[in-house]
Amino acid sequence: MCGIVGLYLKNPDLRPSLGARFAPMLIEMTERGPDSAGLAVYREQVGDGGEAKVTVHNADPNFDWDALAAAASAGLGQPVGIERASTHAILRTRLEATTLRGWIEANRPNIRIMSSGSTLEIYKEIGLPSDVLERFSVGQMAGTHMIGHTRMATESAVTTQGAHPFNTGDDLCLVHNGSLSNHHRLRDWLRDKQGVRFQTDNDSEVAAGYLTWRLSQGATITEALEASIKDLDGFYTFAVGTRDGFSVLRDPIACKPAVMAETDDWVAMASEFRALAQLSGVDDAVVWEPKPGTVYSWGSA
Amino acid sequence: MAAERIDLDQTDVRALNQRLQGRQGTVSGTRFEIFNAKGRHNLAVGLTELIEVTIHGHAGYYCAGMNQQAQVTLHGNAGTGVAENMMSGLVRVSGDASQSAGATGHGGLLVIEGDASARCGISMKGVDIVVGGSIGHMSAFMAQAGRLVVCGDAGAFLGDSIYEADLFVRGAVESLGADCIEKEMTPAHRQTVGELLERARMEADPASFRRYGSSRELYHFKIDNAAAY
Repeated sequence: MCGIVGLYLKNPDLRPSLGARFAPMLIEMTERGPDSAGLAVYREQVGDGGEAKVTVHNADPNFDWDALAAAASAGLGQPVGIERASTHAILRTRLEATTLRGWIEANRPNIRIMSSGSTLEIYKEIGLPSDVLERFSVGQMAGTHMIGHTRMATESAVTTQGAHPFNTGDDLCLVHNGSLSNHHRLRDWLRDKQGVRFQTDNDSEVAAGYLTWRLSQGATITEALEASIKDLDGFYTFAVGTRDGFSVLRDPIACKPAVMAETDDWVAMASEFRALAQLSGVDDAVVWEPKPGTVYSWGSA
Repeated sequence: MAAERIDLDQTDVRALNQRLQGRQGTVSGTRFEIFNAKGRHNLAVGLTELIEVTIHGHAGYYCAGMNQQAQVTLHGNAGTGVAENMMSGLVRVSGDASQSAGATGHGGLLVIEGDASARCGISMKGVDIVVGGSIGHMSAFMAQAGRLVVCGDAGAFLGDSIYEADLFVRGAVESLGADCIEKEMTPAHRQTVGELLERARMEADPASFRRYGSSRELYHFKIDNAAAY
């Protein structure tokens, strides 16, 4: 099954309360996905925007994150800051995100990279959505938009790495409700012919890798999603987070649900309306079901 | 008689349904007003008595499923499978309906004032469905009996693998499914459409509808296909 939610705040005054508005949406989707949960939060840019950040994960509660930051600083010859959040940590640098990411991949293979970019942070863990939200203090998070996922695993193991969202490039991520049938061959092709890296056997990660590859070829998010209608076989509702907003796509058969709502203050999407029912102003919102095989985008996606 | 008011922020769905189903004694003739639907699933399902139920807000999955006799009005949108397997009575949705509206319905009338999405009337077995807007793809898939009246357009593969049932569409049909063909619209059919529109309280000229149904080519095994076995 799985549940998806997304919330974009158009009204800047609401941004300090993004997490408080988002958390009940994710909890409402617990019945659709009690195995694990995750979210991508897009923070408002700080300073000149020249700072990059990489969200990383290590399951060991005693892991020495400060030592990692010190080693990265020494290795890269530039200061690397660190901020811990449960099993995750955020590394900050004035270097390019890809540089820091490359150093971690080369020197610390036991560290899993959750996300990289300038505004995006991804947090995900196994367990009930309410526990995951609590663990990362999501209710206190500020930002412009969030997308989230509650997972009921069908295709691969219940692990932190198999949870969503999946990072698909700097400040880009994907959540997926559905199952893909051609993910084995597509994964092989992307890995062997195009050099895309994969961390799991998860079908959704293949969709993320596919979008990453399309974007690296110069496609826009909308173009990449439209191409996926032809290249991905299976059932899906996708929500893609971008620096400025998010996009939604349902496959042409459209077995997997989605509903959207919009007011002057916000735009939201969810697998089911009940996840939107607690949002303030929802009674006056325009509510609709996205059409099959059609890309919907907000921001400059 | 004043309506009995039930607030779903105060009463859970199971208690609501037990009340509406008359588990604590008959409720025939009673009017109910249900508040704070908030997308909850299984609202007003399995009703068997002649009661009037008005639901305020958007409903989740399977609203008014398996309905018998009851007159259920939803002021909002309906999620997947509204009025699925209804037997009789009336279910009216003021907004849009998600996929599989009226699925496998045996009787009664389902009215959707807005649009219905994919698979509207899938496997319908005698229910009448009137849609004020348009319907999505694969509607009336494997339909067996009943009437589907659509004031707007129909999506791709209308009536795929249809057995019987009359499909009336006023607007464009994106494509017809396997074994579904356009059929003659006789005066009797226009009368049928006129009556259904009147019962649905919708304004449209019955003469502006076209009729689609089964060409009955899939009813029997074709000897030409024997080599496939």
